[in-house]
Amino acid sequence: MGKISLEVNGRKVEKEAPDNTLLSTFLREHLQLTGTHIGCDTSQCGACVVHVDGNSLKSCTALAADVNGSKVTTIEGLETNGKMHPMQEAFKKLHGLQCGFCTPGMVMSAVDLLQKNKKPSDTEIRDWLEGNICRCTGYQNIVAAVKEAATKM
Amino acid sequence: MASLVGSRVERKEDKRFLTGKGRYTADINLANQTYAIFVRSPHARASIKKLNIDKALKSSGVVSILTGKEIADDKIGGLIAGWAIRSEDGTEMKCPGNPPLAKDNVNFVGDPVAVVIAESLAEAKEAAEKVEVDYKVLKAVTSTADAMNGDTIHEGIDKNLCFDWLLGDRQKVKEAFDKADKVISIDIINNRLIPNAMEPRACVADYNAASEEITLYTTSQNPHLSRLIMSAFGNVAPEHKLRVVAPDVGGGFGSKINVYNEDIVCSWAAKKISRAIKWVAERSESFLTDIHGRDHVTHAELAVTKDGKFLGFKNETIANLGAYARVFGTVTPTYLFGPCATGVYEIPAAYTNVKAVYTNTAPVDAYRGAGRPEATYTIERLVEKASMELGIDKTELRIKNFPTAFPFKQTLVHTVDSGDYVAGMEKAKQMADYKGFEARRKESEAKGKLRGIGVTSYFEACGIAPSAAVMSLGCGVGLWESAEVRFNPTGQVTVYTGSHSHGQSHQTTFAQIAADELGVPIENIDIVHGDTDKGTFGMGTYGSRSLAVGGIAIVNACKKIVEKGKRVTAKMLEANPEDVEFKDGEFIVSKSNKKKTIGEVAFACYLPGVRDEMKSPLPEGDEPGLKETSFYDPSNFSFPAGTHIAEVEIDPETGHVKLEKYTACDDFGRIINPMVVEGQVHGGLAQGIGQALYENAEYDETGQLMTGSYMDYTMPRADNFPEFNIGYTCTHATTNPLGVKGCGEAGAIAAPPTVMNAVIDALGGQEVTMPATAEKVWKACKNLKKSNAKAA
Repeated sequence: MGKISLEVNGRKVEKEAPDNTLLSTFLREHLQLTGTHIGCDTSQCGACVVHVDGNSLKSCTALAADVNGSKVTTIEGLETNGKMHPMQEAFKKLHGLQCGFCTPGMVMSAVDLLQKNKKPSDTEIRDWLEGNICRCTGYQNIVAAVKEAATKM
Repeated sequence: MASLVGSRVERKEDKRFLTGKGRYTADINLANQTYAIFVRSPHARASIKKLNIDKALKSSGVVSILTGKEIADDKIGGLIAGWAIRSEDGTEMKCPGNPPLAKDNVNFVGDPVAVVIAESLAEAKEAAEKVEVDYKVLKAVTSTADAMNGDTIHEGIDKNLCFDWLLGDRQKVKEAFDKADKVISIDIINNRLIPNAMEPRACVADYNAASEEITLYTTSQNPHLSRLIMSAFGNVAPEHKLRVVAPDVGGGFGSKINVYNEDIVCSWAAKKISRAIKWVAERSESFLTDIHGRDHVTHAELAVTKDGKFLGFKNETIANLGAYARVFGTVTPTYLFGPCATGVYEIPAAYTNVKAVYTNTAPVDAYRGAGRPEATYTIERLVEKASMELGIDKTELRIKNFPTAFPFKQTLVHTVDSGDYVAGMEKAKQMADYKGFEARRKESEAKGKLRGIGVTSYFEACGIAPSAAVMSLGCGVGLWESAEVRFNPTGQVTVYTGSHSHGQSHQTTFAQIAADELGVPIENIDIVHGDTDKGTFGMGTYGSRSLAVGGIAIVNACKKIVEKGKRVTAKMLEANPEDVEFKDGEFIVSKSNKKKTIGEVAFACYLPGVRDEMKSPLPEGDEPGLKETSFYDPSNFSFPAGTHIAEVEIDPETGHVKLEKYTACDDFGRIINPMVVEGQVHGGLAQGIGQALYENAEYDETGQLMTGSYMDYTMPRADNFPEFNIGYTCTHATTNPLGVKGCGEAGAIAAPPTVMNAVIDALGGQEVTMPATAEKVWKACKNLKKSNAKAA
C-alpha cells in the first residue's frame, strides 16, 4: 500500500492504494470516476485515455504510483461551468458516438490531438486515433467531429 | 407543427455518454459486494477426472467456490438453443446439454468449470489459481469442413451433426441445371469473426433476502428474454422473483443476445451466499467465450443461359455451431440464411442445404447480419464470377435478373413487398462514377498498381420475426414487440419499449415517433427500456427489428391514446366522438372548431372536472387514466435492399489492399432520423469491410484460439477506411404504418462481397479467401504475374 496524491479534474485527492494499482483502476474504483472505461487488457483499445499533465495517456498503461503528484483530467473534468467542451459538442452535433463506450477515451485523445496540431488533416486525424478502437461508428463521424471541433477551439 | 420523423434530431442520450455519466454494468458497485472469477478449461476437449478446491478454499478472502456439481445438485438448467430445426429426413435437431458450469466434460477453451467468489477481485484471482482440475485431454475437433469425420464430441450425436436441413426442391433444381448453357460454381469460406463489442460482458447479481428477489444487472440486448430463459429453462428463480436490468450497454452486435453461463451462475450464487456478486470479463475472456459469428464452408452453383438469365441455384453449406447450440445458433444458418440465399434475383429453382456441425470451439451464434451476410456473400460472389465467365457487365447481369414487379415472390420463402432494385443500381453507379472506372484502372496501372471494382446488390429480411411466417416454417416462436405509452396527469409522456438500445439511439428516434404521433414536444417524452421491472415483457433488439417491430408498437399504442382522447374530448366539449379530429397535439371538434390540447385531455383523464367542463366522470365505458399498451406482431418481414460498389488498389509488391472508394446506396424505406441511419450504415460497413480485409478468428488444430487479443485479432481502426459515400433510394414498406424497413445490418451484409469482388477483380479473377490479407494477396499477385508472362 502507498499513498497516491493527485490533482484530478482540478481537485486534490489523496488515497491509499495497493502498489500495483493501475491509474485506470485508481480512477474507477478509488475515485468512482467511472467515465474512464476498460475495454481490453493489452492497452490496445484506448477507452481509458485520460490526460496526465496535459498529455493523453492510456490510463491502463501506468500505475497510479507512477504518476504520483500529477495533474489528471478525465472525461468528467472536460466540462467548464456545466458547459461541454467544443470536442464534446462536436461529437454530439455530428453523431460521433453510438453506444458511448469508447467515447470518453476517443474524446480525450482527440482533444490532445488538437492541442498538438490545431488544424489536422483527415489523414492526420485517422492516424492519431489509430490507438482508439470504436466498433459502432466506422470512425467517419468521429473524424468529422474532430474537424468541427478544430474550428471551435 | 413540423414533423420530427425524417429530421436530423441530435441525440438525447449523448450528453451522459460524452460527460462520463453513462452507467454501464461494470460501473455498478453494490454495498458489501463480492467478486467472481471463473475457472475455465485450458483444453478444447477433455473429461474432468477430478476437481479439487480444498487449497483454493483456504486462500485469503474466499467466500465460496461453486462447481458443476452444485449446479447439478440444485437442478439449475443449462443454456439453450431457441429454435427447433428439423432435418431433411424429418428428424429433430440434436442438441447436447450445456450446463452453466461443466461437470464431466469441457468442450472448448474457456468452458467454465468453477466459480470462485471472494471479498476482492485480487483475492478471487489468486484463489482461482489454486483450484486444481485434473483433465483427461481428448482429441479436439476444430475444422468446420472436417467436423463430420472427427471424433464424436457429444455422446449420441453422430458425425457431430446437429441437423442436415433443406430448404427448396432438389428435383426442380436438377431439371433447371439440365437445361443450363453453363454452370458457374464456387467454393467459399465465410470466415469466423468475433463480435468485439467495446464493452466487455459483465454482470452484477444481488439477492434481497427480505423480498426473496434476485436482481441481475447484465450486458444484455434483451433483458426480458434473458429473464424468461433464466427462469423457464435455467430454473434460477420464478420470473416475479427475478429482475433483469440491462443499463447502458456498450455495443452488442448480437453477442449480447445470449444468456451466458456467468449470468446464471452469478444470479444463482448470489442467492446461495446472500450477497451481491460482481463479474466483469477481461477482454481475453470475451475473445474466448463471447459467441462468435459466421464460420461457413460453402459450395454453390448457379445455372445460367448463355445470355445471362439465371435458371437454378444450389447451395451446400456446412455451418459451424461451435461446442454448443445457443439461442440463435440454429436459426442463424437456417431460416435467417436459406431464404435469403437467392439474393435479389429471380431464380426459378433453388435449394439450400445446411449441415450444422459441432466443434470444440466457442459457440457460434448471431453476429450483425446473422445468416444474411453469409447468404449474400455466396450469391454475390457467384454472380460476380458469372459476369466474368459470361463476359457480361456485372451491373447489367444483375439488372437482367432483378425482379420486374413488386410484391416479388421469391423462389424459397419470402414475398418482398416493396423495392426498386434498378433505381438503386443506377443511383449507386452514378454515385460511384462507375463509367469512369476504366480510366482510373489505367491510372493505377501506370503507377504499377492493380485496381479492381466490385459490386453487390443485396436484400435482407429484417424486422424479425412475424409469428405467422415463423410458425408456418415450423421453427418455433415469432418475435413481436411491446410498447406502453403513459401520460402523466401534467402532460409529459413515458414510453416503455420491450426493445433495447445499446447504441441504436432509441431514446431519440422512438421519441421522435411518439412526438409526431401525440403532438407532444420531444423534450417531454422519455423512452424507458432495459429493466424487467419497468414496462411489459418484450423481445429485445437484434435483426434490425427495433424500429420495424418495436417502433410500430409505439405508433399503435399512441393511436389508442388518440382514440381515447377523442372520446374524452367529445365528453368535455359535448360533441360526438366522430366529429373530433386530432392534429398536432390538439383535439378539434370539426363543427364548432372548439379545441382541447392533448395535455388538457390527459389531465382530465386523471382528474376529470378539476380543470375542465366535465360535470361527470369520463365517458361511459372508459376507465380513468391515460395509458395504452400495444403488442405488435408484424404481418411480414421488412426487406431493405441496395447496391454497394467498392474500388480497391493493390500494390503487387507488398500485397497491400487499399480501399480507395466505397459507395453504398440503400433503400431502408422511410427514414426516421437520417443522422442516426448514416451512423448505422457507417458502422455496419466498418464491420463488413473488417471481415473482408482484416478480421479472422483462428483456432489451431488443438483448439487453442490463436487470435485471442487485440494484438492478434485485427480490429479495424480509423486509418483503415476511406470516407464512405452514402446515398439512398426510398420505397416505403407496405406492411407497416411507418413504411420503415431497418438499417442496422445492411453494411455488414453488403460490404464483404463488395470488397472481395473488387479485390478479385483486381487479381484478374483469382479467388482469395477472407480476410484478404497482404500475404494472401501478395501470393495471388505473384501467380498473376506468372500467368500473364505465360500468356505473353
